[in-house]
Amino acid sequence: MSDTLLQVRDLAVTFETRRGRVQAVSGVDLSVRAGEIVGLVGESGSGKSVTLRALTRLLHANARISGQVIWRGEDVLALPENRLRAIRGREIAMIFQEPMTALNPVLSIGRQIDENLVAHGSLDQAGRRRRALELLDMVGIASAAQRLENFPHEFSGGQRQRAMIAIALAAEPRLLLADEPTTALDVTIQDQILKLLMNLSTGLGMAMVLVTHDLGVVAQSCDRVCVMYAGRVVERGSVEQVFGRPRHAYTDALLRTMPGFGPSSHTEGAARARLVPIEGQPPRLDRPILGCAFAPRCTHASAQCEVRPEMVDDGSGHEAACFAADALVAV
Amino acid sequence: MSGPVQQAVLEARGLGKSFAMRRGTLDLLRGRPGAVLHAVSDVDLVVSAGETLGIVGESGCGKSTLARMLVRLHEPDAGTLRFQGQDALALTGQDRRSYHRRVQMVFQDPYGSLNPRMRVGEALAEALSVHRVVPKTEIAARIATLLDMVHLPKDAAQRYPHEFSGGQRQRIGIARALSVEPAVIIADEPVSALDVSVQAQIVNLFMELQERLGLALVFITHDLRLVRHIAHRTAVMYLGRVVEQGPAQAMFAQPVHPYTQALLGAVPLVDVQHRARTSGQGVAALRGELPSPLDPPPGCPFHPRCPMAVERCRVERPVLKPAASGWPVACHLAPV
Repeated sequence: MSDTLLQVRDLAVTFETRRGRVQAVSGVDLSVRAGEIVGLVGESGSGKSVTLRALTRLLHANARISGQVIWRGEDVLALPENRLRAIRGREIAMIFQEPMTALNPVLSIGRQIDENLVAHGSLDQAGRRRRALELLDMVGIASAAQRLENFPHEFSGGQRQRAMIAIALAAEPRLLLADEPTTALDVTIQDQILKLLMNLSTGLGMAMVLVTHDLGVVAQSCDRVCVMYAGRVVERGSVEQVFGRPRHAYTDALLRTMPGFGPSSHTEGAARARLVPIEGQPPRLDRPILGCAFAPRCTHASAQCEVRPEMVDDGSGHEAACFAADALVAV
Repeated sequence: MSGPVQQAVLEARGLGKSFAMRRGTLDLLRGRPGAVLHAVSDVDLVVSAGETLGIVGESGCGKSTLARMLVRLHEPDAGTLRFQGQDALALTGQDRRSYHRRVQMVFQDPYGSLNPRMRVGEALAEALSVHRVVPKTEIAARIATLLDMVHLPKDAAQRYPHEFSGGQRQRIGIARALSVEPAVIIADEPVSALDVSVQAQIVNLFMELQERLGLALVFITHDLRLVRHIAHRTAVMYLGRVVEQGPAQAMFAQPVHPYTQALLGAVPLVDVQHRARTSGQGVAALRGELPSPLDPPPGCPFHPRCPMAVERCRVERPVLKPAASGWPVACHLAPV
């Protein structure tokens, strides 16, 4: 597609640890178009955050990344460090779960926005200050002029996340990578930040990759979604496709674990009914996984799941790596 | 569906707790008094055998302080607490120990609340022998029963907490709480640290054990989807006070207090028919930040964020009183 900003092919990440090699991510394909919000959803250890960080090579030294991350015609994984630095922060910005640890505690918010404006722009001092005020205003921080002088500890959790978004937006990135940006926030504040991100994405035409464990967050705020399990993308499609008619047994099971999921969510029928858990645990990633990684916990598993299923497109752009795909939709 | 109607097992009236904050050097020099944080004020609640009372609220609403008062980890500085008709705050010695046995707590972080150097069997045996629940000779058999009850393998008793996953550790935490045959379990965010697939396992376990043992359960959480599912009745807290308390299903279907409405409106639902991204609803359910409990707003504590606030809300704090809905609401605008 012509407006594809980011194209990830066969991304794999392994960590060399003292206890051996951990295969955190394997065979991940991902594409992000201009202006769209793509959700990466999965449970702990599914590889969603590692995938996100690998896109701009923000991983520890013991990580080995392979595959291709094509950003506007260039492979980020093959770029020299100086060229990478020009992309990181300027074209692709990132926000994190815990703004207090991502922000510098000894610099004022104004100073931290300014740093980014200096690094990635050509404005003079007065222009940068005007721009900083504009940015704080844009992310919904009131009395911007005074707040510029404040330090991170003087902000509440939600305001810190807003400030971090303002810093990320300073260089007018075309892609924003967001790693669990609302997980540490209260539900009413989470709602504010999600809506802010959606409005910014629409208003600025900025694409976003949103990593979260919360299916509700994806359902509300994303255009497309990739479901990850044990380091692989197991299902991909529009939010309506994936959550409306899941074609992977894991996605299907995950949706059923949600309290009040489905048509009964607005009625009283579901009250105190037993939830439908997924029994067992996700597999360990420090040993090779043969076949479908979800099979040991899957109620649809059969003998053919001993061979890992490939991603199959159902013809409408809805892909899943599951032998039970058609059986699920039929139910 | 209003749940079992029985006599109250645990009953709190007007429960309150404040904490004196540390005085800064400047305050000391100027002779100013230190700030006081009113964590919980004037909370009434009742829970009966076999019933689940959900308590929901955002950070700083006092829900954890309330939990700790109910198990007497914090001494309330106002109000009364009755357990099976007895004044629980006046209990001393043997009676107080018996209260601690009968009212158990399950914590959010099971790893933080288990001794890492004790095998699971030893931890369970300790609780059993401290409270002399069963004779020494029967302890091993009792442990096997408990592990079976929370669906853990028998050999779990010989293992250490670090050998278990998060969900399994929470099962151990529940087994330990159950070991002393409690009448009430206070669970403070018991599944918040767990992945959703595992959350469902633990929620089911709570419901199963409650029905089997007739436990009264106080389930504290920030997750409205969960409380709506598990609770018979729910209290919504804001800044240390209950603002609405009623039957869970009816209240979530037709919330009266503007805060309850906003809280429900902010929950991201997995509902592909109603998506904020496609409906173009770019306005959040609630504006503004949570106020600091150190400096609560005058009048109704919710008025600075309330879309419906009128002049009266800015000056007069509404009390929790029965509304037309059939349950108590603390809002001047609630129809009566």
